[in-house]
Amino acid sequence: MLADVVSWIAIVAGGAFCVVGTLGMVRMPDFYTRMHAASIADTAGAGLMLFGLLLQAGFSLIAVKLVMIGLLIFFTSPTATHALAKAARARGVQPLLAPEEDPSKR
Amino acid sequence: MFAAGALALLVALALALARAILGPTVFDRLQAANTVGTVAMLMLAVIGFLTGRPEFLDLALVYGLLNVVGTIAVLKFFRYGDLGEPGEPADEAGRRP
Repeated sequence: MLADVVSWIAIVAGGAFCVVGTLGMVRMPDFYTRMHAASIADTAGAGLMLFGLLLQAGFSLIAVKLVMIGLLIFFTSPTATHALAKAARARGVQPLLAPEEDPSKR
Repeated sequence: MFAAGALALLVALALALARAILGPTVFDRLQAANTVGTVAMLMLAVIGFLTGRPEFLDLALVYGLLNVVGTIAVLKFFRYGDLGEPGEPADEAGRRP
């Protein structure tokens, strides 16, 4: 009973975090702040939702698969975000809110 | 309750898709594609629970693996111009910029 309540709260909160993160992706002013907003959906949203599903699954193979999905997101999402930011910076995408940078000093 | 989570994930998918359509640079679109991939993984997991068919979790795992490989491959393409060769020569220490 208590596990049910906790898992429902976690699933709904995870969905809310996903919506907030992607809403930030639409509303934020430049690329790097959009990337910051998108990371919310990858960490809090995915983590809470998988935790809620894990409580529903109990001790079984399903729980192992859910943990594998969580570990996959946990390791690949920062990697992809890092590579994306580095590629965007190498291609000269400037942060909108930062002071202007001298390109010769990069 | 799984239905509420699935609905929230659908809204998140729609918003990420809006950014993929609006995005001024290619990196915005790539970030949106990455987010769509993550949310689609969660969506597959939730649908598996919603319909009582946990086999969908295997689909979510495979989707996640393909998603990260696709993102890194496209990024490498846009950074170096091709996928096979290093775009810039390595220095003496073997590092690439």
